[in-house]
Amino acid sequence: MDLAVVVVYEILYTIAFLALISAGLAVVFGMMRVVNLAHGEFILLGGYTAIVAHNNLGINLFVSMLVIAPVVVAVFGVVIERLIVRFLYGRLINTMLATWGLSLAMIGSFSLIFGTTTTSVKAPIGSISVGAFNISGYNIFIIASAIGVIALIFAILRFTRAGLVARGAMQNADMATAFGYDASRIYMATFAAGAALAGLAGGILAPLVGIGPNAGSLYIAKAFITVISGGASVVSGLITSSGFFGFVTQIVTFLTNSVIGELGLLVAAIILLRLLPTGISGRFFKNRL
Amino acid sequence: MTSRQLVLSVVIAAIVMFVLPVFFDVLNLTTYAAYALLALSLGFVWGYGGILCFGQTAFYGLGAYVYAMTAINLGEAWGGFFLAILIPAIFAAILGAMMFYGRLSDVYLAVVTLVVTLLLFRFMNTTAGPEYVIGEARMGGYNGIPGFPTLHTPGNPDANIYDEELYYFTFIILFVCYLLTRWLLGSPFGRVLVGLRENEQRIELLGYDVRARKTAAFAFGGGLAGLAGCLYANAAEIVTPELFSLGLAAEAIIWVIVGGTGTLIGPMIGAAVLGHLKFVLGLQSIKQVFGKENPLEATLVFGMILVLFVLFLPRGVVPSIQGWFGRSLVGRFKSGSGMRRRTRSERARNGA
Amino acid sequence: MTINRRQFMQGATAAGAFATIPSVAQSADTIKFGSILDTSGIFEAYGKPMEKTHQLAVEEINAAGGLLGRQIEMIPYDTQSNMALYTQYARRMTRRDKVDVIHGGILSASREAIRPTLRKAKTLYFYNTTYEGGVCDRNVFCTGTTPAQQSAILVPETIKKWGKKIYVLAADYNYGQITTNWIRHYAKNAGGDVIQADFFPLNVSDFGSTIAKIQKAKPDMVMAVLVGAAHLSFYRQWAAAGMNRKIPVASTTMSSGNDHRILTASEGDGIMVCQSFSPEADIPSVKTFLTAYKKRFGNTDDIHEIAASSYDGVRLWAEGVKKAGTLDRMKVIEALETGISYTGPTGKVTIDPKTHHVTHDMHLIEIKNQKLNVIKSYSQIPPSDTQAVCDLQKNPDDTKQYEIKI
Repeated sequence: MDLAVVVVYEILYTIAFLALISAGLAVVFGMMRVVNLAHGEFILLGGYTAIVAHNNLGINLFVSMLVIAPVVVAVFGVVIERLIVRFLYGRLINTMLATWGLSLAMIGSFSLIFGTTTTSVKAPIGSISVGAFNISGYNIFIIASAIGVIALIFAILRFTRAGLVARGAMQNADMATAFGYDASRIYMATFAAGAALAGLAGGILAPLVGIGPNAGSLYIAKAFITVISGGASVVSGLITSSGFFGFVTQIVTFLTNSVIGELGLLVAAIILLRLLPTGISGRFFKNRL
Repeated sequence: MTSRQLVLSVVIAAIVMFVLPVFFDVLNLTTYAAYALLALSLGFVWGYGGILCFGQTAFYGLGAYVYAMTAINLGEAWGGFFLAILIPAIFAAILGAMMFYGRLSDVYLAVVTLVVTLLLFRFMNTTAGPEYVIGEARMGGYNGIPGFPTLHTPGNPDANIYDEELYYFTFIILFVCYLLTRWLLGSPFGRVLVGLRENEQRIELLGYDVRARKTAAFAFGGGLAGLAGCLYANAAEIVTPELFSLGLAAEAIIWVIVGGTGTLIGPMIGAAVLGHLKFVLGLQSIKQVFGKENPLEATLVFGMILVLFVLFLPRGVVPSIQGWFGRSLVGRFKSGSGMRRRTRSERARNGA
Repeated sequence: MTINRRQFMQGATAAGAFATIPSVAQSADTIKFGSILDTSGIFEAYGKPMEKTHQLAVEEINAAGGLLGRQIEMIPYDTQSNMALYTQYARRMTRRDKVDVIHGGILSASREAIRPTLRKAKTLYFYNTTYEGGVCDRNVFCTGTTPAQQSAILVPETIKKWGKKIYVLAADYNYGQITTNWIRHYAKNAGGDVIQADFFPLNVSDFGSTIAKIQKAKPDMVMAVLVGAAHLSFYRQWAAAGMNRKIPVASTTMSSGNDHRILTASEGDGIMVCQSFSPEADIPSVKTFLTAYKKRFGNTDDIHEIAASSYDGVRLWAEGVKKAGTLDRMKVIEALETGISYTGPTGKVTIDPKTHHVTHDMHLIEIKNQKLNVIKSYSQIPPSDTQAVCDLQKNPDDTKQYEIKI
């Protein structure tokens, strides 16, 4: 019984982890049809920011993770959008290549600035026990954060004027311009929002895994697969595909080991895309959020 | 290709082949020639077939592993040499059929090919245990497989082909593959393939089986990449899972985009030049010039190159040079059509 | 008369060498010392201090008048944590730089990549890292510790202290696989049992489900044979789940990359390791070494066991050259086989002629407050694991790496 609780807990945690690292990418891909392959390094930048703010500047860890990391990465995202991405809108493959280059450049810069060893902070929440088992209390915080992030994205897109304008501009930029909204600024704001979500994910995950310059590839591969398999609808795609992959990975992991679990995720992705070539939401949640 | 062009290209290739060793280490040149063959295969699949394969290195690594393991089991090289072409080609055909008959395209295709590469990467990294063995060949996991028999004079496993000989051998294979690819592109099959890149629907309505042709082209590219892997294995004398890594997959794409999509020569030059750049950046003598905190970190430099090329020279070096001289076939075709419109190939490349 | 192309090339090379005699004579003035290490990439934390100790040893020898009256020139290569670059650079060193000896290689994977190459090229090779043992090759000297020196102490001591049931977490490559088998072997000898062994590729950094599985198995201790920066997450997640107060951890690798300084004190406290070097040890030769290192590089924060044994490796080689009175490879090997010893940062090390391995002083260490506190020391432990299978005096042409059979 205790074990069952632990297994469910680990599954929920894995789903939350996937949703967190994919949220920023999903917003940018779903709204703007841009795949930001430097997303993994955006996450790392958030992690580094949180660690530096906490360890070197002595700012409260939760403030560093939840406020400073997203803000810093959002600002960085704006700079990147103005310097690189905005010239490439409408050219999906070219944005992928340019952001891939950006990702390599960021890896190089991280190792120059921070060195190649991993840095981290101590998890701020202790452990809790479920029967005979000890589990990390911090994982509950991660699950809660993932739910919060998804709810926030949904609420902004569904209920606020800014969300409405953004959705309109993505569907028809000329029309939005005709109504007096500056499409270019909307794109910039959306990209910044995606970057902020990446920064938030990095901040939240920093105490858990530690941050090193090469760790980004771990995130981008998973996030990329999750987002593409989820399809173009931001919220429903994100929920269904992280749910699916999180479940598959953890079940396989408990039956065998974590390595086969990872392989299970990749095999599941190939089968899924073969059956649903436009992703889960492309098939089941067309034209919804 | 006319016979005059053929003679000319043979002469140029021969000159290049004999001049390069004067300036560079033959060991490095052999590696760059293997890289160039990998770039050629990707340049063909992407630039002419319109298939953006993010995981061309899957076939490259597979070729290297097939070669190493067959060579250990047979105790000689040539069986492995041919299997290193055949098995990646078959694997590419199966994967291609799965994707093209499933109507996967664009970014989805990129994801699937990348995932397959990562799958092989993860898998090969888990094969360190003694239970992963095929015949006498341990797969070795992270260590890879060192110490397999290298290429030799056919029939005499002790007469190894190495150093300068291996370089000339690799270079000649590269050149033959280049000619073969050019011939293929000039054949009816190749013409349909290019037409398909320009407008897939039109070709389909003309009654051609688009999916079978794409699959065949993908398999051909896979075979070339497998051969490149085999040649690399002979140059490096070791195969490791690193061949399937995300980093190398990225590098192959950078070679092609820097050299130029839509040409065959461009990707090959891109591979050789950037391969050498990477080698030079790893030399301590370069590091010492800049002191301890070397700003010329290889990943940083490569990243900047990719960003700058996508922004300012998205067609790559070779097509741009051709464009400046106005000599390329494509150039003539475009100027003939009056107003310059974005061709399907550019759109495919840019993914509109 | 027929001349094939290779003969022609050889002739041409000889003629070329003849034409450039002055430059050959000039470069013959220095002894060429090749250093091949990962000083960037994910194994940078291991490789950088190792390159520094190579440099320190070479500079000290040069300052004392050099070897055979000649100065040593160090030719370093950075393999960027990329196994494929090892063979590429190793061949460049043997064929172009024509080095007299090569020291280096960190992971067992890198050693196995270049060992055949260097044997073929007849270039003497020193591998100075803690490893899984069993390499039997007359061209190679392994000056790091092996399981008979490390696990053979660590496993029985921890079984005595904590209990019999061991759960092993190991890096998934030859070092982790073979070391795990040694741990099984020594556990059995001490009346213990390895109840489960899980292997992880070097890029795995999420150990959540593994930690749950360990709790289900209820071992008396966890033995970590983890390698590299990603695996460090284990200790962190272990502490985050509060497990560091429930099940104790020992490790064969922890602190080789200064992991105990990267972890916070509360995450690292209580972990036990066994190694041949501790900067905290109260031994004169350690103090001398640390002072010299501090003087040369500013501080000693990054120093670790395998950097210390790299220093010893260079010194042992130099002693061999001195004794041989020449740089001729076979003469140097024969001189080293007379059982040369040196007392340096890892205490007294003596070369075992049969196996080309080294006798070590070992320390059982408990990590406390980011320091390596020596609990107990063991004097002059032989590499008996390799001695059981390898005899280079009898079989000088052996090149195998022997693996323990379970």
